Amino acid sequence: MSHVSMKVNGKEVGGEVEGRTLLVDFLREDLKMTGTHVGCDTSQCGACVVHVDGKAVKACTIFALEAEGAEVTTIEGMANADGSLGVVQAAFQEHHGLQCGFCTPGMVMAGAALLKENPKPSEAEIRQYLEGNICRCTGYHNIVKAIMAASGQDVEPPAVAAE
Amino acid sequence: MPKDSGIGASPKRREDVRFLTGRGQYTDDININGQLYVHFLRSDMAHATINGIDTSEAEGMPGVVRVFTGADFEGVGSIPCGWQVTDRHGEPMQEPAHPVLAQGKVRHVGDPIAAVVAETYAQARDAAEALVPDLEELPAVIDMKDAVKDGTTKVHDDLTSNLCYDWGFVEENRDAVAKAMDEAAHVTTLELVNNRLVANPMEPRVAVGDYNPGTDDHTLYTTSQNPHVIRLLMGAFVLGIPEHKLRVVAPDVGGGFGTKIFHYAEEAFVTFAAKQIGRPVKWTASRSEAFMSDAHGRDHVTKIELALDAENNFTAIRTETYANMGAYLSTFAPSVPTWLHGTLMAGNYKTPLIYVNVKAVFTNTVPVDAYRGAGRPEATFQLERVIDKAARELGVDPLALRRQNFITEFPYATPVAVEYDTGDYEATLSKLEEIADISGFEARRRESEAKGKWRGLGMNCYIEACGIAPSALVGQLGARAGLYESATVRVNATGGLSVMTGSHSHGQGHETSFAQVVADMIGIDDGMVEIVHGDTSKVPMGMGTYGSRSLAVGGSAIVRATEKIIAKAKKIAAHLMEASEGDIELKDGQFTVAGTDKSVAWGDVTLAAYVPHNYPLEEIEPGLEETAFYDPANFTYPSGAYACEVEVDPETGHVTIERFAAADDFGNVVNPMIVEGQVHGGLAQGIGQALLENCSYDEDGQLISASYMDYAMPRADDVPMFDVDHSCQTPCTHNPLGVKGCGEAGAIGSPPAVVNAVIDALQSGGKNVMHIDMPLSPNRVWAAMQGA
Repeated sequence: MSHVSMKVNGKEVGGEVEGRTLLVDFLREDLKMTGTHVGCDTSQCGACVVHVDGKAVKACTIFALEAEGAEVTTIEGMANADGSLGVVQAAFQEHHGLQCGFCTPGMVMAGAALLKENPKPSEAEIRQYLEGNICRCTGYHNIVKAIMAASGQDVEPPAVAAE
Repeated sequence: MPKDSGIGASPKRREDVRFLTGRGQYTDDININGQLYVHFLRSDMAHATINGIDTSEAEGMPGVVRVFTGADFEGVGSIPCGWQVTDRHGEPMQEPAHPVLAQGKVRHVGDPIAAVVAETYAQARDAAEALVPDLEELPAVIDMKDAVKDGTTKVHDDLTSNLCYDWGFVEENRDAVAKAMDEAAHVTTLELVNNRLVANPMEPRVAVGDYNPGTDDHTLYTTSQNPHVIRLLMGAFVLGIPEHKLRVVAPDVGGGFGTKIFHYAEEAFVTFAAKQIGRPVKWTASRSEAFMSDAHGRDHVTKIELALDAENNFTAIRTETYANMGAYLSTFAPSVPTWLHGTLMAGNYKTPLIYVNVKAVFTNTVPVDAYRGAGRPEATFQLERVIDKAARELGVDPLALRRQNFITEFPYATPVAVEYDTGDYEATLSKLEEIADISGFEARRRESEAKGKWRGLGMNCYIEACGIAPSALVGQLGARAGLYESATVRVNATGGLSVMTGSHSHGQGHETSFAQVVADMIGIDDGMVEIVHGDTSKVPMGMGTYGSRSLAVGGSAIVRATEKIIAKAKKIAAHLMEASEGDIELKDGQFTVAGTDKSVAWGDVTLAAYVPHNYPLEEIEPGLEETAFYDPANFTYPSGAYACEVEVDPETGHVTIERFAAADDFGNVVNPMIVEGQVHGGLAQGIGQALLENCSYDEDGQLISASYMDYAMPRADDVPMFDVDHSCQTPCTHNPLGVKGCGEAGAIGSPPAVVNAVIDALQSGGKNVMHIDMPLSPNRVWAAMQGA
């Protein structure tokens, strides 16, 4: 066992981990921060995406010890200071970009990372960027819309019935 | 003006806040003090005799608490099947035993042989690697047609063969259909495969068992679409725990798509082991385990014949299907290729004679059961593909051929034993032509040609049957369960409501849409209504969510219970206002006496119910809580028409979806935003089946698509933006909301549209290809082009 320390969502944290402990397991099992999800075992699904020193990383692809000293941001750290939903989170709710919610943490973290790199992405750029994040519920339609909306681009509002 | 609350509005989903902030509580997020972890040793052979298992080394490894093998489950019940099909000779299907851990033999890759329970996951996994099973490999039965040949190895030695059942429907029509085929002006024949799929909800299955020796109470937390069904099946048939001593909780569940309906061995294991050891036991599936232990879907091989007269009227349909059951009978497996498939073979068309034959077959593969659509996609695919082929053979417009044969009068009794209450197939097809801009297709085709691509347009119709019912009928068809739904509406003293529903939400947004229904009926804000689901200790016996039944059946139960609430509340209001009950009206949360200015608010009445100082105690009891069980009179029948445009690369056979449009008739719609989201998701799954997904076994029974490296899930850049419309609405006539169900439509209606489009593209490129089996991978499309 080795000691690891890092900053998660602005807070200093640490723990004793095995060399083989993945960052995602450290977050979920040691810190009990269960917002980050595990959807596969081949680093394909992207449910576990977090930000490590500002970059989107699949938390199942790095060991906890590799994040020694890093600044990690998870879905739990994405709300505004007053507790209201952050821009990307709010857009996902507004445009129904989530259903079961399981892939959602990874989608929000990936979407936020994309907008940092590319503040006004095209539909094709969003789709290509999300290639490493699988959603089984939404058909991606409303996820793409939500990220477009979060970037300040015009999208159609959700459907409503006429009275 | 658009509504902002109640029925027909699209309020933001209330469940989203917890999911977007990492505060959802999925089963794997549950950790109980003192819990242990289990790892299953699973068979890496498709079929083998277990001569023994050496557990000694594993038992001595760090953290290991106990190792279980099949022997520990002698005296424990078999995992039950919930549906008994009767074959065409009147005999019951063959039904093998399904032990929690394999006993004597393993029958598919992934069949659990032993289980290691340890202090940590890592320790359980490490110790499982030290288990030494002595397996003697047997020939594997993989191909369905080979499986039923004389002399083939049997999957189950105690059964007479690998044939589960040979079902004929409607058996009395068999000779008449044969005669119609002989007399037809034209018969189009198509042989096709409905490819085996894996549902792949993004949350893998998880189960946590807990036992309280002080009270003898068992609790199972599990990733289920129907916790009460699990409680009944596991309690009564496997572990012998009475329902009042067994609580099943399905908290936030990360998608289901059918595969979380069924009762699984791992659920029984953790419940059993928690009591044996005296500590909670948790199991979390890896995705690899999910591929080899979640029930798979589809896997039909079919020959369909469509007979037409000289005027191109459909005169008869005959099908012969081999349906894979896998190695054991999963909970509802026998019903899928029969009652959920045969009854849909009329589709949207007035074909007078239909005969469906299904041979269900055991193989050394993972059990197969319902996956989004379950039987209905298989029926739709056959029918809508054979109609397109017939149109091509006859040189007629495929839409004109469909229109000519549409059912136009309702109610309509099909020759396959169901009665459609409402529908308007011309309306959805016309709407489709509009939203898909069919008139602009030729121009788009020329643009594609200019880029060196072949463009194709595929269209089809579909009909679905949702909310399978009534219980009395399904009992005759072999269901070992009722198919009602329950609701309890509990009004609190200060006017807020808790609604306990037997439906389960795992992405469908019931917490939002069900609240809209209740709030609309009373005329209060949606926020005053809380929806409670997923816990057998809170909710009356319910049947859960599958088959697009939640709003049609579960919503109807909520309406019935709310009606009882309103009826009682009116009595209280009448007393408070000293008026006649018959004169009381409820609108916008106010009770008024008709024709007067007297009124009391909702909250006044609810307070009076619980503080009955001024209350008609001689007539009614205090309190305001009502329960309803709703058993539908019939299925509901959503329908629609879909259009897909593809481009095919003539050099590589690669297919891209350029446009996809869906015009659906779901009857009345409660939350349009959620409905459209359901359609989007279904479309992506149907496109995934048509182009990408394939669960593949080699001839030895190795599962060669057991990870996302090998099983091609649709990704964001595989699908386009969708054009969806649900403005054509023929309300259901027999449920109080007039709703039909929308959860599966996208997955049912889309595969034939994609395949029809690819065939159209190849034909436009001069390749006389009439069919390619799904998935239409570049390899398959390219190979088909070479032979044509």
